[in-house]
Parts: sequence; structure tokens; C-alpha cells
Amino acid sequence: MTTHADQTTPFVPRFDAPESQGRKLAIICSKGNLDMAYPGLILANAALGEGVETHLFFTFWGFDMINKKTSGDLKFTMLGNTATHLPQGLGGIPGMTHLATSQMKKAIAELDVPEVPEFLDQIVGSGGHLWACRMSADMQHLTEGDLRDDVEGIISASDFIELTEGAQLLFI
Amino acid sequence: MPTTTIAGHAVEVNDEGFLTRPDQWSDDLGTELARLIGIELTADHWKLVHFLRDDFAHQGETATLRRVSTQTGTPIKSLFDLFPGKPAKKMAYVAGLPKPKGCV
Repeated sequence: MTTHADQTTPFVPRFDAPESQGRKLAIICSKGNLDMAYPGLILANAALGEGVETHLFFTFWGFDMINKKTSGDLKFTMLGNTATHLPQGLGGIPGMTHLATSQMKKAIAELDVPEVPEFLDQIVGSGGHLWACRMSADMQHLTEGDLRDDVEGIISASDFIELTEGAQLLFI
Repeated sequence: MPTTTIAGHAVEVNDEGFLTRPDQWSDDLGTELARLIGIELTADHWKLVHFLRDDFAHQGETATLRRVSTQTGTPIKSLFDLFPGKPAKKMAYVAGLPKPKGCV
């Protein structure tokens, strides 16, 4: 048994240890499927809760996560996803994507994990930064008005690399 | 389990310094735990700390930041203002509870 009782300084968690200060995380969100939206959101949220400066860069299909028209309507499909361990033919039946999406949303809600738009609200509320990819915006003919108001800007890949200097990076 | 003395009370803590016995906690101890991590508790802090205590008593686990926010109606941003840096862990520490296990 270790005893700290005889020490004059109480044993306290090192929440603000200097070695953990200044950590940065950059997450590139490139997918627009419901199931592939969550890993980035969960990790961003976790990093923010640990005091890590966090930037999310939405590119290609990841734009669906921040496009006001699609953000709340991402889908999950069994097609091409062998991890469902069901015959692939089932995924092509009309209505199956809708069904799979509803099931997944229900499972996520049961864990009290928010839907994508609300999750992004939480991330921004926690101090996270959202950025949109210039090339994706141009390809999809979208402007800032089409995106969530809290997207801080439509920026080039170089700009993103510059502003996340020294950050750890995740590509999803 | 290691023990440490906080505000004259010998309390059991884990290897990170979180209290391991919720029954060893009191409001006075909470005030001191907060002071040790650089927080002076206001009425807004207490509302959250008492929510965490009650919720733990009923759920058997520490509320995540999201649960604290939705159940108390406190915006996430305010939680970060009140317990800067690592709000979920700091709140749990002040409330004498284990750090939350949930991911969100």
C-alpha cells in the first residue's frame, strides 16, 4: 500500500501538465456515409474534452456532413460493406438502405450519441474548428451559404496544412 | 489503494489521484479538490457537481460531458468555461467520482 498521507502536498491528478499543453489534432473527413461520419466526430469530441486544439477539414464526400441540405440526412448502406456479414444481394433490395440507416440511427441514439448536425454543434461548442475544402466546394458548386454557419472558411489544402502545423493528423 | 490527505481527511485515491470511495466525499472536500486544481467553486459549479453526485448514485457511473449538458440544460461551452481544458475529468474529480467511461 502506498501512502501519501504523510506528505504535505496532496496527491492530485495532473490535468494541466505542461507536457500535454499545445497538442493539436487535425482530422480530414472525406466520407459522406453515416457510418463513416461518426469516427471523426467521436475522436474530435474526445480530443476537445482532453484540451487538444482540434481542426476538422471536410473534403469530397465529407462535404455532406457540413452541407445544410444533407448534414441531417446521411445514409448507411449494406452495399459493398462486407462487415454486415449479410448476403450482398440483400443490400440492393429497394428500401434496404433506408432500413439500414434507420437501424443505425436508432442504435446510435440509444447510446445517447447525437445526430451529425447536433454532434457538430457540440464540437463547435467545445472549441473545435470546422473548415471546408476549396476544391470540393468548386466541384459541387457550393458556397459558404450552403454550409453550416459555423464553418470558419472554405480554404485550400495548402491553407489547411499551414494552419495545422505541428498537429497530429487523421484521414477518415 | 494509495491514500492522500486532503483538507485534513485521509482519502483513498487511484494511481491518477481520483477518489475511489464516493462515500469519503463531502461538500467541504469538493471545495478543496477544486481549489487543488485551480478552480474556485461558484453556484454554477455546484449545480453541476451535485448533478454528477446524484446521477452517479442512480446510474452507477459518472455522467459524460454530453449527459451533463443535456440533463442539466447547460451549454457545452459553459462547461468548458467552468472547468477549463478537461471539463469531464475535472468535474468528476471535484465530485469525488471516477472519470467518465463513455466515449461521448
